[in-house]
This record gives sequence, C-alpha cells and structure tokens, in this order.
Amino acid sequence: MTSDIAAILAIDGIATGAVYALVAIGTVLIFTVTRVIFIPFGDIAAFTALTLAALDAKRFPGTGALVVILACIATLIEIISLLRNGELRLLPRALFFYLALPLAVVGLAWLTMRAEPPLAIRLVLALMLITPIAPLLDRIVFRPIADGTVLLLLTVSVALHFALVGLGLLFFGPEGVRTEPLTSLSTEFAGVLISGQTMLIVIAALVFSGLLYLFFDFTLVGKSLRATAVNRTGSRLMGIRPARAGTIAYLLGSLMAGVSGILIAPVNTVFYDSGFLIGLKAFVGAIVGGMTSYPGAAIGAVGVGILESFASFESSALKDVIVFSLLIPILIWRSLASLHSEEEIEE
Amino acid sequence: MTRLHVQLAAVAAVACLALAPLVLNPFSITLMNYIGIYSLVAIGLALLTGVGGIVSFGQAAFVGVAAYATAWVSALNGYSPWLGLVFGVALTCGVATVLGVVTLRLQGHFLSLSTVAWGLAIGFLFGNVEGLGRFNGISSIPPISIGSFALVSSAQIYFLIWGIVVVVLFLGYNLLDSRLGRAMRALRGGNILVESLGINAFRIKLVTFVIAAFLASLSGWLYAHMSRFISPGPFDAGMGIEYLMMSMVGGAGSLLGGVVGAAIVTLLKNSVQDYLPLIAKGASGQLEIVAFSALFILFLQWARQGIVPFVARYLPKIKRERPQAAPPLPRRPQPTPGELLLKVDGAERRFGGLVAVNNVSFEVRSGEILAVIGPNGAGKSTMFNCLTGALRVNKGEIVFAGRAITRDPQSRIAKDGIARTFQHVKLRPRMSLLENVMLGTYARTSTGLFAGAFRLNQREEASTRHEALTQLERVGLGDKPFELAGNLPLGNQRILEIARALAADPALLVLDEPAAGLRRQEKLRLAELLRSLRSDHLTILIVEHDMEFVMSLVDRIVVLDFGSKLCEGAPAAIRSDERVQEAYLGGVA
Repeated sequence: MTSDIAAILAIDGIATGAVYALVAIGTVLIFTVTRVIFIPFGDIAAFTALTLAALDAKRFPGTGALVVILACIATLIEIISLLRNGELRLLPRALFFYLALPLAVVGLAWLTMRAEPPLAIRLVLALMLITPIAPLLDRIVFRPIADGTVLLLLTVSVALHFALVGLGLLFFGPEGVRTEPLTSLSTEFAGVLISGQTMLIVIAALVFSGLLYLFFDFTLVGKSLRATAVNRTGSRLMGIRPARAGTIAYLLGSLMAGVSGILIAPVNTVFYDSGFLIGLKAFVGAIVGGMTSYPGAAIGAVGVGILESFASFESSALKDVIVFSLLIPILIWRSLASLHSEEEIEE
Repeated sequence: MTRLHVQLAAVAAVACLALAPLVLNPFSITLMNYIGIYSLVAIGLALLTGVGGIVSFGQAAFVGVAAYATAWVSALNGYSPWLGLVFGVALTCGVATVLGVVTLRLQGHFLSLSTVAWGLAIGFLFGNVEGLGRFNGISSIPPISIGSFALVSSAQIYFLIWGIVVVVLFLGYNLLDSRLGRAMRALRGGNILVESLGINAFRIKLVTFVIAAFLASLSGWLYAHMSRFISPGPFDAGMGIEYLMMSMVGGAGSLLGGVVGAAIVTLLKNSVQDYLPLIAKGASGQLEIVAFSALFILFLQWARQGIVPFVARYLPKIKRERPQAAPPLPRRPQPTPGELLLKVDGAERRFGGLVAVNNVSFEVRSGEILAVIGPNGAGKSTMFNCLTGALRVNKGEIVFAGRAITRDPQSRIAKDGIARTFQHVKLRPRMSLLENVMLGTYARTSTGLFAGAFRLNQREEASTRHEALTQLERVGLGDKPFELAGNLPLGNQRILEIARALAADPALLVLDEPAAGLRRQEKLRLAELLRSLRSDHLTILIVEHDMEFVMSLVDRIVVLDFGSKLCEGAPAAIRSDERVQEAYLGGVA
C-alpha cells in the first residue's frame, strides 16, 4: 500500500465515519435519556435516503403512508391509555401531537411536492417526513415498557429493527437508490483529490455536533434532557417530564440520522435494508464513547469508518467480519472501564 | 400431584410423540421436524438466558458452524455424517469455549452486545469464505444413515430428531436439579452471592454457554442432513433473534418452554404465511417479518414471563416429600476453641484519595463472637468486604487459619471456611428455602456435569438435601422447606441466609449488619440463634450498627471511627469508653 492509497483510504474512511458519527451521536442521545439502545436509527438514515430519492423522481415517498399509519396507531394507544387513567381532558393535546401534527407534516409535504420544488426544499421535505417516525415508534413500542431493563429494551429494539426492514421493503420496494451529489466541487489537498461531497459530509458532521453542544449547554430544554439522563426521578421532581424529554431526544436523534442518510445517499447505493449495518457501525462508535460521551462516540465512529475503509481495501468480502470482530475487544475495554452495581441486575 | 403423576405425564407425552407419525400427514411431520430442530436451540437458550441470565443473540451462528462443518465433512469431502457430527460438535464447542473465555466476564448488556457482534461476524463469514459455497451454499448433503438404513424421508428422521429432544430434556431437567444446576440457577441476580458460596461464577457461566452451543450444534447437524442443502440465510442475525424469541415465548428459564416456544413460533410463522396473502395480496413476504416482529414486541410488552410459567400457575402444585435422613456430608476439621483463627494486620484500603480503612489490626479467636462497630462511614463495610475477598486491601495482611488470604479471590476464601451473610439480603427468591440452603453446600460437595445430568451421584444429593434440612431446622425454619425464599418476611430471610452460611460448614461466620431493618422481636430471636451457635463452638464476626443488639451478645468489640481502630475490649469497657461516646454522640466539650 502506497502512501497515496493510504491517504485516499483515510479520507474515504473519515467521510464514512462522519456519517456514522451523526448516527452514533443520536444513539448516545437516546440511550442516555431513555436507556433504549435504538438500533433502528440506521433504518431511519436509510429511509431518509430512499425518501429523498423518491422526491427526486417526483414520486410521493412511502414515508408519508408510514407516518400516517404510525400516527393512527400511536393516537389509538394514547387514547386507550388516557381512558384507562381517566385523563380524557388531555385528549385534545394528544390528538394534536400524535395525529394532527404528523398528518399536517405529510399533507404539507404532499402539497409542496406538486409544485416541483428545488433540491433544497426537497431536502427539508425529506427530513420533515422522516423525523416523526422515531418519536411515534417511541410512543407505540417503548413507552409501555419504559421501566424495563436495558436488556428488555435492547431486545425490543432489535425486534423493531426487523419490523422496520419489512416495512421498508413494503413502502420503498427492493430497488437500491443513489441520489445526485449535493455539490460537484472538488479540491486538492496535499496532492490528494477530495470531492466536495466528502467535505460536505465532514462539515455537516462538525456543524451538527457543534449545534448539539450549544443546545445541551445553553438552552433550558437541552439542560432538562441532560438532567433526565442523569436521574429520571430527580428530574421529575424538578418538573421535567421524562416522556417529553424522550420525545425531544428522538426528534433530535432522527434529525441527525436523517442528515446522515442524505449525506450518504450520493456516495453509496442505499437499499431498504442498508440501515442495519449503518446503525450497528454507528453503535460500535457509540460504545467506544461508553454510550455516554458525544465526542467519544464521534471519535469512535470516525475510527470505525477508517477501519472499514482499510479493511475493505484488504478484503472487501470480509470487511464486516473484521469490523464486528473488533467490537469484542472494544466491549471488553468498555466493560472493564465502567463500574456496574449489582442492584441493576434483574432477579 | 405427586412426582409419580409427573413421570406418568412425561411417559404419556413421549408415547404421543412416538405415535404421531402414524396419524400426521407428511407436511405436518416435516413441520414437527423443524419444531424439534429449533427446540434444541431454544432449550439451550432457556438454559443460557432464562436460567443463567445471559441473553444471547448469536445462537444461530453456532447452529451454522455445526451445519457448515458437517456439510464440509460429508458433502464436500465424502465422509460419513456421523464424522460430521463429531467434527461439528467439537468445532462448535471449541468456538464457544474461546468466545466464552473472552466475553463472559463482560457485564450486563455489554455481554449481550458481544453476542450480537460475534453472531454477525460469524454469520458474514459463511457467505464470504471461499470453499463454503459463498451465498449459493452447499447442496447434495447426504442423509444420515444408521447402519445401512438411510434416513431420507421426513418420517424417518422424525424419530432421530425427537429422540434427541426427549433425551436432552430428560438430561437437562436432571442437571438443573443437581449441584451444578443449582449453581447455574443462582447466577441470575449477580456474582457476589455466587462467589461468596465458593462457586466460580465464571466457570459456571462458561459451562452453561458451552452446553447451549452444544445443543445448537446438534440442531445444526440435524438441520444440514434433513434439508440436505444449506446456505447462509438460516444462520443470520434474524434467525438468532427468532431463537431468542422462541425461548422467551415459551418462558425463559423453562426447558419445556423451549419446545413450546419453538412450536408456537414455527406454527405461527406457518399460519402467517398461509393467511397473510389473503389479507394483503402480493406483499405477504414483506409483511411476514413485520407481523412477526410486531407480535414479538407485543409479547414482550404484555407477557414477559412466557407461556409455560403462566400455565404452570394453574396446574396443581407438585407435592414433595421431606428429605429422608441420609449419611452426613464430610465436615472440615474445626479449630480448637481459643486458638487464633483470623488475624488482620495493618489493613489499609483507599478509594482514590479517601482512606476508608486505615491501618486496622485485630484478631478473632476460635469460639468467640467479635463485633466490629462504628458510626456511619467508619469503614465497617469496607473492612468486611476486604475480609471476604470482595475488595482487596492496598496494604497489610489478613491471615485465616494460619494461611494468608490477602490476595485470594472470594470463592477461594469461601472454600477455606469463611461463610458470610449480606446487609442487603441476597437470596434467590424463586428457589425454595431448601434449595437456597443447598447452595451453601456447594464447596463441600463434588457432583459434576455428567454425574448430575445422568443422576449418578444420588447418595451425595440425598446427603446434601438432608444437611440443608438439618440447617433449616437448626435456625428454626424447618417447617416449610419447599416454600419460595421470596415469600419470607425480612427477618426470616436474614435467618435463612445464616442457614445457608451454616450449610457450608464454616470455621468462621461473618455477618454484615444482621439486625438492620429487623423488628425488636426478630432481633431477640436472632440474638438467641447466635448464642446457640456459639455454644456449638462456632466463631462469629459481626459487623453491626445496633449497639443494644451487640452489647448483650458479643464477647469482644472492635470500634472503628473514620477508618481507624479507636479501641478494642469487652462490651462493658467499650460502653464506658469516652472516645467511643464521643464518636457516637459527638463531643461533650
């Protein structure tokens, strides 16, 4: 391997890693606030790419139907739970957030679609359509078992991923998509050609991580999320509702995953089931950060991207085998580095 | 319902299985074969996940290793499938041992995530290795032959599959009811208790892990030679989840639940395939996995316990007979009264900058009750944990019965004869009183895996049961040995812990705040029990907060304050010591 090839592989790896980093940060966000290891963020990323591709082809994406169905189910569940608890006065609120708002988003997207909007609007539409999915899934799937163990939540999360893969095939079909590059610019750095898309990916990753940092450190909502992550009961006593904090976390997380989906779509062909590997690799990065540190997760994810890039140069067939085998030593390191209390374990 | 009824029911079930091919059509027999093959994996998972508390997403990879191994031996190299069985089982168990040694020290969800990792890595390997047919798989795998009789049709291999399932269930239930099985059942709920009983928790986990992999390898072997064709698909991550689902639906922790879960999931999948096209034409393939995952999620939301435990609640209880008298278990040589038993010399333990225990020295002589007391934060619990090996001292030495135990692991110290109880009671609430106490005898007994599974060591088992009952009677809990430990009030749970410690035949009994949270009557009963143990020449070390409880009971007291030893002496002298009064009540100044 010459230094030229190494440099190209490294840049390629950083770009892939930056995409994983966005998903990884979302994963850490959800885990700290809700204790759910949300494997389906990869699926959310893939669905965004597929949504954007459909919009580009002037078709209304299947995401719309998916959001409508999920919104109906979530509303039904919410109404039943309100009835059970005798809190019908909260019904208008529930109808607004779980039914009206998602339907309005889909309706707006549908109307805008007909005007054949430019790329920038299409990007916004794709993100708008994708962001309600994870919060709705949270309401349907995770809220009823919010008190469960991390393991139970993980098992459910994995099952949910498989459901989403099936839904992805149903709503988007088996064809892979590759969208137009967002920019055709390119630049040369130290003798190596860097495409504009690569630069865009890295910049986007930096910008979104920076925004998230500002959000957490300088806004009250961000601080309430951090408080929920540290101690659910304590933050409840301070008037923060963990369920609401969870919803905000899912919204933010899906936004990050959506952006990563948009960024990866012009680089790799995305299929309905591409999300699993994106999600898992991002997750490997998140584990490097101990599932708690955002910079740690970002660094870990970039590391995974570089590793994958070099591994696929050595043996493209075995690159996934290599990446996942390396997860085991990382897990051992993280497990040794974190203290566990026995009380957590379910009898 | 007695044991005889259960045995009759089992015989009837086996007879039904044996006669089933006479009445079932070929398609149903094939379905039954798949259920049997999946059952083996699910039984392994019931053992691993339900009993041992290790959630594995990767069992499908083990099935695949064995299936590919036997296909390689028989289809690609032309040897007998039986050689494939030997090779497949050996390879799978070897891989499992290596993975287990590397990963089983991981805690909680880290361990489960590692199963996702190696499950995926091995799964990707099948489709990418040259010589294993890549994604096209391996075809024309020969059928299994017994002598010259080849098991070609599904009705023929049926008997082999279900014969293996029945034998596995039989051995599995025997194992769970043996010494090793009890240790496996104790794994759930944390290592500290397990280690304190002289059980090497890591070893037990490894054994459980390899047994589960072994069952998966049997399943893989049968699968390869039944379907006569393999490809990476049936061994991927999705199938790993499905196996986990089978064992959870059936009731994790119940071996029979593995079979029930495999049957329900397989039949459900089959009917989903039948009926979905009626609802949604053309989209059935996609909807199948959605419907299936949704059902699984609903199941986890509403019925985490599983079907078999749910049904078992409505069945009549099995009546058990009180254990019969049996020859006693061998006892360890007890130290002569008055002899030096435990010597702590200059012990120091730091947590970062905090010195929790600072240069503490004291001695325990055989036959006495010594109390270590002190106000909150005095370092009592840290001292206790250092004595029992749960923590290591940074400096100093601890000598027990003439041997330095300063660097020994918990299980070794427990084997040497220090038995302990816990401040926050650690029992296995879903095991009976008798079984909880039987756990205490682990280090005194020797029945291993095979002797347990084949019931070869019934004499030791009878002695163990009798010993446990004797200790229950000794502490006054002998009237309901088959009650579940979780049903006892706190006072009796503490006393049950003492019975469990006594079952280890200890030379030194160490009690961590035994009176905490007890009502007055319970405290009096506890003090009475400890006095009677002293009159049996048992040495007792108590770490305690409750002055009144300690003063009337013990022979000598060591007082700790801010990590250092304040003074030592008889209760009366300690009571009048000004420094002690100051430490407890604040300065008079």
